Amino acid sequence: MKLSSPSIGTLALAALTALTAFIATSANAQGSVYVSSEKDDALTQIDLATLAIKGTVPTCKRGRHLQLTPDRKLMLACSDSGVADVIDPSTGKSLRRIPLGDAPEAFDLSPDGNTIYVSSEDDAAVVFIDTATGNKLKEVKVGQEPEGVKVSADGKRLYVTSEVASLVHVIDTASGKVVKNIKVGKRPRRMAITADGKELWVTCELDAGVTIVSTADNTVLANLKFEVKGARAKDITPVGIQMTRDGKRAFVALGAANHVAFVDVAARKVTDLVLVGKRAWNVALDKSEKRLFVVNGLSDDLTVVDVAGAKPMKTVPVGRVPYGVVVVE
Amino acid sequence: MKHALFALALLVASVCAVAPAGAATLKATLISPEGDPRLERTRLERAYLGHAGGPAADGVQVALAEGGFELEAAGADVAFTSATARSLDAARAAALAAEKAGAALILTDLPADWTLAVADAVKLPVLNIGAPEDSLRQQDCRPRLYHLLPSERMRADALAQSLVSRKWSKLLLLVGPSARDQQRAATAQASLKRYGLQVVATKPFKLSTDPRERDLANPLLLTAGNNYDAVWVVDSDGEFARGLPYRTVLPRPVVGDAGLVALAWHAQFERYGAPQVSRRFFKAAKRPMTDRDWAAWLAGKTLLALATANPKGTNATWAQALAKTAVDGSKGIYMGFRAWDGQLRQTLLVTDGQGVVAQAPIEGLLHPTDVLDTLGADAAEKLCKATR
Repeated sequence: MKLSSPSIGTLALAALTALTAFIATSANAQGSVYVSSEKDDALTQIDLATLAIKGTVPTCKRGRHLQLTPDRKLMLACSDSGVADVIDPSTGKSLRRIPLGDAPEAFDLSPDGNTIYVSSEDDAAVVFIDTATGNKLKEVKVGQEPEGVKVSADGKRLYVTSEVASLVHVIDTASGKVVKNIKVGKRPRRMAITADGKELWVTCELDAGVTIVSTADNTVLANLKFEVKGARAKDITPVGIQMTRDGKRAFVALGAANHVAFVDVAARKVTDLVLVGKRAWNVALDKSEKRLFVVNGLSDDLTVVDVAGAKPMKTVPVGRVPYGVVVVE
Repeated sequence: MKHALFALALLVASVCAVAPAGAATLKATLISPEGDPRLERTRLERAYLGHAGGPAADGVQVALAEGGFELEAAGADVAFTSATARSLDAARAAALAAEKAGAALILTDLPADWTLAVADAVKLPVLNIGAPEDSLRQQDCRPRLYHLLPSERMRADALAQSLVSRKWSKLLLLVGPSARDQQRAATAQASLKRYGLQVVATKPFKLSTDPRERDLANPLLLTAGNNYDAVWVVDSDGEFARGLPYRTVLPRPVVGDAGLVALAWHAQFERYGAPQVSRRFFKAAKRPMTDRDWAAWLAGKTLLALATANPKGTNATWAQALAKTAVDGSKGIYMGFRAWDGQLRQTLLVTDGQGVVAQAPIEGLLHPTDVLDTLGADAAEKLCKATR
């Protein structure tokens, strides 16, 4: 294509400079981004420095939620195999598989990593599993289609969303009892806890928003609604959420609105909206918190977003129906 | 089938959570035809798309069973019963009996005229899960009558949109002999007109092997003599339509009541948590979840939504809340009732029976307020004079 207009040329040059600078700053980063995809039974590994695909890691079947364990191993929940695959990122080899029961979807680990708390989508239950032995310790019945699982920093409280019941179940991890059921927005999905531990942010897929819950008394403090120009509320379906380490900013994937929202946590206000791929599903930050990785469930790719500039920088094709993402540095 | 064995008796299938102190019980009764011809064994075995797959109560029960936790958490309670009726008068009597017994809502899986008789007999909201006729949404609408099953027009619009998205704009229309076929053909024509599609010819068909009637019965003869992009077959019975794909003289797809069909649900729908719903239904009812089961399931979800939003409600408060209630039908959006005709707005699935080929409204279609209102009679086209 011929660039006839000088302004387009200048723009392209500016963009190119920005991109070069962006890649230059990230070239120091060492490590990989791992993306799970529901239909490949494999993780896609992307080099952090070059953002090129390094290869794939075979896994259990229909991998969904992906998380780093306290000892820096990749743990992937597989809904079809009913196991967690524990993978050593340094070798790309599976170390062991831990049975998680029927149709596990998402999980979290106790702060010491000794217990896995996993939502069992088909059984409407949260199962406590001993990481070392793989033994089932407890099963707590919850509302239908449990999804997001989050443990408090002190490990005493477990929060689980039920998509169908639109509830967050607050569970005492010691007794395995449901302490409270909090009515939140429609189809709650994923959660994040603020750095001070005082607020639980719950994305509500069919409410175009986030319900903010006080962890002190388990009451709803506020509902944050997202708006995207040109999209109706119905098309804004938030799912993935991550906060910065200092708890000042949150990043929320807006699903069918094809954007990621940057949120000022204290002000509860959206500061930026960044266009990404189709059905933005989950998000992860790198260690420096300069780059945000967004998996796009319906365009089979990953968008790399420059956090400071609030701009998408690169899109990397990954597996079919990508779901979870973690950064290992 | 099962229901028919219990002549006239109220078939009680109560799903009661333990009622917490202070909670009111939301009572609802489903009325279905006794000895329902739609549920005869051979008809069920054929599993025509868009036809009933089994008793409507199955879907309601699945919804209520899965809502147990939600009810308990809210301190709410729902009691559901089923009744069967042999005739229009019996349906009316069953509705009156349910009203007298304290029902807050009536669910109907009945022919259109029976549904109207029930709606006119009681002062309760009626959730229609069995009658797709547009007349119930248009000229024969009632202020307290709500529809969870998509209307014929909605399904025709969904299919027409799919044809538009493929640019298959020339249609050969084959129409069956029944009065219902004639009516549904008129509905299809209205949808085709709305989306600027062209009918190159309309031909009647007849199920027959009589050589003297072969012009009416032979798919090759019926589909010869015209050029078209697709054949739209209107066959409420289903047998002729099933035999039409791959038997056309031109290599063209069949749509309508076979080939490509627009439905409220298909068990192979993969998005928005749909597989979990279909799996729960299959576990409980031991059969795949059809679009009619989805409508029944959603009626159960509606009862749950009313009870949990207002656990101490009365029949009057629940009736009032219904118009503003939105439900999650696992089709990716919350769905509410249209103010002008009581029809539930919803996405429709376009299926070949094996999987879901497309969703309607199709991508890129625009509407000033809600793109779901491109399916069925929009506000400006309403013939319903009842005020809600």
